[in-house]
Amino acid sequence: MSVMGLFFILIACIALWWLARQGVLRSSFAEEGEIADFPGAELLPRPPAAKVGLGVFLAVAGCLFSLLCAAFFMRMDAPDWQAPPIPGILWFNTAVLIASSLALDLARRAADRRETDDVKSWLLVGGGCALLFLLGQLWAWRELAAQGLYASSNPANAFFYLLTGTHALHLVGGLAALARTARAAWSGRGGAELAASVELCAIYWHFLLFVWLLLFAMLAGWADNFGVICRRLLS
Amino acid sequence: MLVALIMVAVVAASLLFHFLSPWRMTPIASNWGYIDNMMGATFWITAAGFVAVILFMAYCLFRFRHQEGRRAAYEPENQKLEGWLAIGTTIAVIALLAPGLFVWGQFINVPEGAMEVEAMGQQWQWSFRFPGADNRLGATDALFIDANNPYGLNPNDPRGQDDILASGGDLHLPIGKPIKMLLRSIDVLHDFYVPEFRAKMDLVPGIVTYFWFTPTKTGEFEILCAAFCGTGHPQMRAKVVIESEDDFKTWLATQQTFAQSRRGEAAHDRRASAR
Amino acid sequence: MTDATLGEKENVLPPPAEVEDVELYHAKSWLTHYVFSQDAKYIAIQYAGTAIGIGLVALVMSWVIRLQLAFPGAIPFIDASRYYQAVTMHGMIMVVYMLTAIFLGGFGNYLIPLMVGARDMVFPYVNMLSYWVYLLATLVLVASFFVPGGPTGAGWTLYPPQAIMSGTPGNDYGIILMLASLILFIVGFTMGGLNYVVTVLQGRTRGMTLMRMPLTVWGIFAAAVMALLAFPGLFVACVMLLLDRTLGTSFFMPSIVEGGEHLKYSGGSPILFQHLFWFFGHPEVYIVALPAFGIVSDLISTHARKNIFGYRMMVWAIVAIGVLSMVVWGHHMYVSGMNPLFGFFFAVTTLAIALPTAIKVYNWVLTLWRADIHFTTPMLFALGFIVTFVNGGITGLYLGNVIVDVPLSATMFVVAHFHMVMGVAPVLVIFGAIYHWYPKITGRMLDETLGKIHFWITFLGAYAIFFPMHYLGLVGVPRRFYELGETAFVPHSAAALNIFITVAALIVGAAQAIFFFNVFWSLRHGKPSGGNPWRATSLEWQTPETPPGHGNWGKELPIVYRWAYAYSVPGAPEDYLPQNAPPLKGEHSP
Ligand code: HEM
Ligand SMILES: [Cu+2]
Ligand SMILES: [Cu+2]
Repeated sequence: MSVMGLFFILIACIALWWLARQGVLRSSFAEEGEIADFPGAELLPRPPAAKVGLGVFLAVAGCLFSLLCAAFFMRMDAPDWQAPPIPGILWFNTAVLIASSLALDLARRAADRRETDDVKSWLLVGGGCALLFLLGQLWAWRELAAQGLYASSNPANAFFYLLTGTHALHLVGGLAALARTARAAWSGRGGAELAASVELCAIYWHFLLFVWLLLFAMLAGWADNFGVICRRLLS
Repeated sequence: MLVALIMVAVVAASLLFHFLSPWRMTPIASNWGYIDNMMGATFWITAAGFVAVILFMAYCLFRFRHQEGRRAAYEPENQKLEGWLAIGTTIAVIALLAPGLFVWGQFINVPEGAMEVEAMGQQWQWSFRFPGADNRLGATDALFIDANNPYGLNPNDPRGQDDILASGGDLHLPIGKPIKMLLRSIDVLHDFYVPEFRAKMDLVPGIVTYFWFTPTKTGEFEILCAAFCGTGHPQMRAKVVIESEDDFKTWLATQQTFAQSRRGEAAHDRRASAR
Repeated sequence: MTDATLGEKENVLPPPAEVEDVELYHAKSWLTHYVFSQDAKYIAIQYAGTAIGIGLVALVMSWVIRLQLAFPGAIPFIDASRYYQAVTMHGMIMVVYMLTAIFLGGFGNYLIPLMVGARDMVFPYVNMLSYWVYLLATLVLVASFFVPGGPTGAGWTLYPPQAIMSGTPGNDYGIILMLASLILFIVGFTMGGLNYVVTVLQGRTRGMTLMRMPLTVWGIFAAAVMALLAFPGLFVACVMLLLDRTLGTSFFMPSIVEGGEHLKYSGGSPILFQHLFWFFGHPEVYIVALPAFGIVSDLISTHARKNIFGYRMMVWAIVAIGVLSMVVWGHHMYVSGMNPLFGFFFAVTTLAIALPTAIKVYNWVLTLWRADIHFTTPMLFALGFIVTFVNGGITGLYLGNVIVDVPLSATMFVVAHFHMVMGVAPVLVIFGAIYHWYPKITGRMLDETLGKIHFWITFLGAYAIFFPMHYLGLVGVPRRFYELGETAFVPHSAAALNIFITVAALIVGAAQAIFFFNVFWSLRHGKPSGGNPWRATSLEWQTPETPPGHGNWGKELPIVYRWAYAYSVPGAPEDYLPQNAPPLKGEHSP
């Protein structure tokens, strides 16, 4: 559960910091009048709602993945745990996902500069790479299944399918959003609106890349020591 | 007016119910009198809080009910008052928590030399096992369970051969000796619960849990299951008999050991296959 | 920021001008107006209606349970399987499908935009989806009543291994539908929750700082944040349990012998499930409680014509409770066989929560001091809440203090405790809130006499159900017992007490008919209320139309000049000053 603990402390800090910045420490309730009339009383400009919404959603998704990791580390303890061999294609997939994330970042920059043609091409590259990643993950599943490593044969396999599956589902959701963005780009709606929506996609992609790197490290067993430390802290 | 009166009546009725009700904790039969004391202390502290808050509320309801021309005071905060209330509450909470944690510390630390007894749960019955002459319980695993080995003892563990398997479903224990109950389940969660002992603990399949107590009263008590375990949950009962050391020894001597039970079973099987 | 008019004041950042107007959707057809509406107010009613409807099912289940406990075996229909199915469905529906949905989906949707001065939620389309996914979840749950084997009878905690084994009713289809329904519920809720949180963060009108928001908004906001973080725990637990059940994985399932057969599971950890479940389950208590706290603060303040006492502390207490309640889940597992050292940690955090909670209680009653108390129906319900909540809160001090919990856990004492604190208390608030806001929703008052009758029967009746129930637990009667049978340690008189409780439960249940009659009758025949019948300060009472029209505010968004508790301000002509009424001295020019 210490993964969860770390994650939770992080979220709590962000939330408290946010609240403080939003003026929870000031007693604006005791004052009367337009807020603008109190020197220093007004607060920072608000970021666009969609971006805040995405931020909150990332917190939720982060919570989900941390819980899965926490479960992973706790279950790993049992003697029947036998980590499956990591299919080699995962390395390729990782590279592809990094490329996808990069492409979207370039798309974001292009959108900031309002270069819609570049945006289009980078979106294509990013989306294509993401699709490739999904296919690669599917391939990895098949490879494991071909070796007789089913979800029911060992909890480590079950976690492999569960973690990669959850991650892939999130990416599928992202692709849907990306498709909408692409439609906007192709229908010629450029400008600030497109830039905002490309930016959201890019943020989401970076998040999923980050999660994937952590998951990959965990599945490959590099984080085993971390698990041991956690358990030692707790038991 | 009426509202305030009814609120007072609710408090009064609650207190009366508490003091007059015939439904109280069963007479204790173990060393965990501390728990009862804690419960008593908690009652006094919390009841005082409840009565104070509700009576104060009732007083306000009466005193400040709407009347022609009344206007409320404007008083956004009073940090001094709030501070004092917070401090008072903190003290009350610490007064409850500190002794509670202290007793919990005793609860989870088993005294040296406690006698180990195992209770095994399955849907929906109890079975019990005592260490034999070597004073050690043999290893178990659900994987070993079959018709000849319902307890799932490891047949190759020498420590298990002399383990005594209590038949008939009753658990006998000697009075005045600390007992460490080791709990395990072969199917779902159960919970070993004897109201008179105050202590209880879940049985979790896959691991062995424990708790300890010292019986202080002879007699028969009922063992219930306190973790929902399927439709037969309320029927999952057994008896624990607390008796003098001598009576206990006599009873124990009449029980079979694991090795004996295997031999008996094996003979039975041979007869069966010969037929 | 683009607002140029305030440019002269160099060091002052201008206020967020008109909040970016949400792109208002406009219903174009009958279908998008009355069915697939994206108007938060309409969605709120859909949510609340569904929640109350399914809640009635849970109410009927509670009668089934109570009848069996009072008259064991008297009704042949209620056999052990049906009893456990009733207990499970009752608990699960009440907690998740009724309370969570009505507080966040119902009140959250209705009140947040109105109270913060927004035109609608920030993502209306997602908001609509949220409701329909919730409805789907509810329908899947209802469907489980009709599949072979019936709904699951695993207890609302759904603990494995038992939840998916054959000794438990509904282990074939019921449990699968239950898990699927919960997964849907969480997906739907997450959509709604994002909306509530982001609307509070982004949608507040000019001048509505966080520290001027009504406590109702604070409560719902904090609850929504907690729910967003806590529900993933249940989600993970459900998905993994579903895989154990359908694919035969062993996340939670250890080696098991059932009826002499070895099942194919091995090595899993049932305690892992409990951790995940309670990681959600405990915050869930506060997800229900915090909106109730907020609403009750507003009810008390409005009907006592006095500002809420210690607003700052009230807000901080909500935040503190929200943070702390994410780290107390282990108090449900004191005797679960987890590492006993955790007991120390969780006992400390649990009792620490008592502090902000107690402060809230003090501030509610201190608000009554030197107030001008009107005994309207909403006020009565708020007072009833205080009594039941304090009562349930103090028994929480027993159960949170790890060693005292040992004899009491899994007895009727626990059942009595959580019904007082998260059953009766929030339900009283729901009723109070409906009496309070019904005039805004419909433009008509509910009948006060009927309301008072309803209140006294419900409050005193519910107290009579659950107060004595503690004592059964003290005696040692375990919960989730289909029948106690003959026992040496329970006196025979307990049977009489059980009958008394059941009679009270039936009366309370039946009395709800008064409420429903009142709601439907007043729709047509209630006294017209006008826009602000309670003379309240918060923004929802200041809408140009009642019921509020599409977009809530007509042409211009309101500007907020003060907090929501300006009651009986000295020097003011009336005993309340709406949040958007310009300042008295009129010195501030725009
Ligand atoms: C008139 C109203 C109600 C009555 C008479 C009632 C009665 C009961 C009874 C008799 C039980 C079973 C206790 C046992 O295990 O033996 C129970 C369980 C439960 N009730 Fe209620 N209840 C009512 C309202 C509520 C409400 C409003 C909630 C919402 C929080 C609620 C939540 C629960 C939960 C969570 C359980 C536990 C289910 C389980 O053990 O799996 N109940 N109720
Ligand atoms: Cu049981
Ligand atoms: Cu809890």
